[in-house]
Amino acid sequence: MSIFINKETRLLIQGITGRDGSFHAKQMLSYGTKVVAGVTPGKGGQLFEGLVPVFNTVAEGVAEAAANTAVIYVPAAAAASAIFEAVDAGLGLVVCITEGIPVLDMTKVIPFVHERGARLIGPNCPGLISPSQSKVGIIPGNICTPGKIGVVSRSGTLTYEIIHQLSTQGFGQSTCVGIGGDPIIGTSFIHCLSAFEADAETEAVVMIGEIGGTDEQLAAEFVKGGMTKPVVGFIAGQTAPPGRRMGHAGAIISGSSGTAAEKMRALAAAGIGVMKRPADVVPLLKERL
Amino acid sequence: MNLHEYQAREILQRHGIPMPAAAVAASPEEARAIAARLGGGGKVVVKAQVHAGGRGKAGGVRLASGAAEAAAAATQILGMTIKGLPVHKVLVTPAAEIASESYVGIIVDRASQRPVLMVSPAGGIDIEQVAAQTPQQIYRLAIDPRFGLLPHQALGLGFKLYPGLGAARAAADIMQKLAVAVYAVGASLAEINPLVTTPDGAVVALDAKIVVDDNELERRPEIAALRDATAEAPSEVAARKAGLTFIKLEGTVGCCVNGAGLAMATMDLVKYYGGAPANFLDIGGSSNPQKVVDALEIITADPNVKAILFNIFGGITRCDDVANGIVQATSRFPLRVPLIVRLTGTNEREAVEILTKAGYSALTDMDEAVKQAVERAA
Repeated sequence: MSIFINKETRLLIQGITGRDGSFHAKQMLSYGTKVVAGVTPGKGGQLFEGLVPVFNTVAEGVAEAAANTAVIYVPAAAAASAIFEAVDAGLGLVVCITEGIPVLDMTKVIPFVHERGARLIGPNCPGLISPSQSKVGIIPGNICTPGKIGVVSRSGTLTYEIIHQLSTQGFGQSTCVGIGGDPIIGTSFIHCLSAFEADAETEAVVMIGEIGGTDEQLAAEFVKGGMTKPVVGFIAGQTAPPGRRMGHAGAIISGSSGTAAEKMRALAAAGIGVMKRPADVVPLLKERL
Repeated sequence: MNLHEYQAREILQRHGIPMPAAAVAASPEEARAIAARLGGGGKVVVKAQVHAGGRGKAGGVRLASGAAEAAAAATQILGMTIKGLPVHKVLVTPAAEIASESYVGIIVDRASQRPVLMVSPAGGIDIEQVAAQTPQQIYRLAIDPRFGLLPHQALGLGFKLYPGLGAARAAADIMQKLAVAVYAVGASLAEINPLVTTPDGAVVALDAKIVVDDNELERRPEIAALRDATAEAPSEVAARKAGLTFIKLEGTVGCCVNGAGLAMATMDLVKYYGGAPANFLDIGGSSNPQKVVDALEIITADPNVKAILFNIFGGITRCDDVANGIVQATSRFPLRVPLIVRLTGTNEREAVEILTKAGYSALTDMDEAVKQAVERAA
């Protein structure tokens, strides 16, 4: 199986006619994702690539195409509103790829998502992929192979690097989830770890964290207390100076808190195999499987 | 984006938060005039306007008696360098008589996913220090963004600072105005430290610090206009203009990577193999060749750089775009240091061909590339 997305995922793409949205819509279609609807206000009635009906609103797309998942590619200025719209239309899973959403907008989005019982992944994330079943987002499909390793990460290309290591050394993936590099995100490491723990197909999990915040430490506590499957972890930013935002809005050491060293200690204390570098992922998994 | 104290003061004053009079000076003469005008011949404080903590310890805050001393203090502070940043402006303000000092701040908190109001009767010192030494002296409240900071919540915290109703109400009023200011300017942090009471019982904000979320700047041009590029490292200003994220470090291996996480992991791997990264540089997702040219220009401007390492994992980024950028850049300005390129992913084969034709070798393994870069930089 997989977590969050599978063959039953019926995807609606917000911003399907935009530059990024249209490029990735084609990628997802060719990967085999069931893209059932697109939304661009004012372009309702068109057919994207002669194939996917475009609607003016998410509610119409849900009503007429029975979408159950949304992915958002709209520009940052409109992205918070796009999340509200998708959740308001009753979608249970909303994946926001957009980078650059003001964090104060997210403080308003999150309570709304919780109230409606929806799951938001991201923002500022590469989305997720359950190899050979469904791809929602921008993770390159060609580097993934189906298998039994769950991957959860705050990063984009670093995740691809790890997936590449796994695939080329014979370790396929059940689902790879990019949870996003922003300070306030909808889905945490813990949500993903607990879903992987419950997923019959997943045998081990790779978690890729980075400096900033305490999400990795909380995840370590969770692993210690409730996880039976082996976990290996990596923390990026061991050489990052304090007080500087390392590209991701959330990757910042505040004072003395959120350092890589502190997170690596927490992972090790929870029995998680701590990678010193990306190439350690397969040897560490082999030790634990 | 960090605002200067004088800019943060203007914002808080505009929101009705009481603060003593002050003005900003770029020369000793201006400082003298402000001291004479606002200080009435009495004591004034002259404060360096610089984006660095610990300016007091560094000698960037001086007490002066009268206008002549204020000019002398300004002479000493202007032109100082605090933590590598030059001081171009000072704030001049009459020295306040202080009966008590406390702390009021709002920070967008990751764990609760809300803005959190923090107050402490232990003001005037770094709040991190208070958190470490006397955490029981900090009171926190998560603000529900749908309702804002409610009056009873603010008053409850006001009483944590001052036992009397008058001062507690005054502090609560300031907290509510601060919460409004946070959303009005898009702040990720807004701090008053210290919030003081004067001998006559007034509650006033003596200092102001605001950090604006960079993601707010596009929709708030009036806040974006407050950016002081002279207070930042020139290489970082150039990178921002080119649409790159760049942070200068002290090492010798120049790094150019696509994606922030991979960029950090690359720097870490440089250290793992015994080297030291000269910078963090993320060329972003959809790289065009021009970005690579700009990136190389910024990296090579650093005289400490002894080798340049490219680490590209092609997803949306096409490896051949990056390869073309490298060839374009190096034909315009020849490199004086070795270049090590690692590319894998989208259009990797085309990229290797482009680079080989231009006389560069391209690797596909990250560890191998980093090892070579560290060796060549040694």
